[in-house]
Amino acid sequence: MIRVVLPANLRILVKVQGEVQVQVGGPATICSVLDALEEKFPALGGTIRDHVTRQRRPFLRFFACGLDWSHEPVDSPLPQPIAEGAEPLYIIGAIAGG
Amino acid sequence: MSRIRVLVGTRKGAFILSSDAARKQWDISGPHFAGWEIYHIKGSPADPDRLYASQSSDWFGQVIHRSNDGGKTWETMDNKFIYDGNPGTHMWYDGTQHPWEFKRVWYLDPSPADPDRVYAGVEDAGLFRTDDGGKSWHELGGLRAVKGHLWQPGAGGMCLHTILQDPKDPDRIYIAISAAGAFRTDDGGTTWKPINRGLAMANELPDQDAEVGFCVHGLAMHPSRPDVLFMQKHWDVMRSDDAGDSWREVSGNLPSDFGFPIAVHAHQPETVYVVPIKSDMEHYPPDGRLRVFRSRTGGNEWEALTKGLPQSNCYVNVLRSAMAVDSLDPCGVYFGTTGGQVYASANAGDSWEPVVHDLPAVLSVEVQLLP
Repeated sequence: MIRVVLPANLRILVKVQGEVQVQVGGPATICSVLDALEEKFPALGGTIRDHVTRQRRPFLRFFACGLDWSHEPVDSPLPQPIAEGAEPLYIIGAIAGG
Repeated sequence: MSRIRVLVGTRKGAFILSSDAARKQWDISGPHFAGWEIYHIKGSPADPDRLYASQSSDWFGQVIHRSNDGGKTWETMDNKFIYDGNPGTHMWYDGTQHPWEFKRVWYLDPSPADPDRVYAGVEDAGLFRTDDGGKSWHELGGLRAVKGHLWQPGAGGMCLHTILQDPKDPDRIYIAISAAGAFRTDDGGTTWKPINRGLAMANELPDQDAEVGFCVHGLAMHPSRPDVLFMQKHWDVMRSDDAGDSWREVSGNLPSDFGFPIAVHAHQPETVYVVPIKSDMEHYPPDGRLRVFRSRTGGNEWEALTKGLPQSNCYVNVLRSAMAVDSLDPCGVYFGTTGGQVYASANAGDSWEPVVHDLPAVLSVEVQLLP
């Protein structure tokens, strides 16, 4: 089970508090986690990555085990503590806007 | 007894203002969708409890919500606004061609007859429609075929910001795009024609024969007379008596003919409201006085409506979708400001009272008359 911490606005959107958990079929990657998130919470479709380009929205970042995972290939295996559920994957809204 | 519901979209959420027909005491609920920009929230004329809201955010993109109970509860609807086919390119600020990219929904216009049919005006400019209450959207791509490669964004982006459905003819729709112009379809959205003849001015777009490239800020129509249109252009207030085929200026004695919103009285098709703004570089009222101007003659002759509005040191703006009228008698008029005030007049503009002072900047105001 993968643990994910969503930004506050998205937690409000899908009416959850705290972390969410998703199951991925194969290796835990950014892509597989987002696929699972969007399947469990359809309202997240288009909010983290663009519907058409499948690219991460520019003002969002992925953090795994203290590392900025935003620019890693989306099919790269996430660190083992994320894959094992020992640590959550953080999806963070950039501090931007002045 | 009838009730009034005012739907207010702001930079940081939506607010719903409710009153009885006296329009003196208001209940305020919100913020709904706290933290999200609500470009537009509008109810279905066919089912007043059916509301649609457009939320957008630079962080999280576009979300659409629907309520079936007048805004008490909401459900998330489809947010896939995929252009029809390869959308190609449009003109960028520097004159080069730029790919068409969806950014947000500016305007949602439910059908007068069918609560499940809604038109959505989006940036980059395109018109979408749902026929299943927001579960899926498809583009009416014929609009972009009207010289879309020459359309260019205005300062606020290349947005389709206004949709007027002819209540007598469901196949006729008017839309406006900044800064492409106004367009009309007579076949339900399959084909479109530009309706911009007479809009050219020498210091704005000197080509008198140009078909697109006009900065239309707003359009208004009285439902009893859908061939008569009023327009607030970047500069100039305009009027058409032939469904947009030709336009003439009716700015008359306005202190400035720059502005954003325009509205028509619910019962008097020749009574029109605008909010003059000083200039395109100074987005606030002339002389720091917030004045709505009313013409009872379909333009040209305008009177300032000031009672209850700040007449000194007022430097707010009123955005294009932030003015609306109700259909009570006397007609109610409402507008919201970038300073977060929502003003209401229960007497067709003769006097005004603030309903609320300190909301986030107001992006849109719509009004519903509830049975």
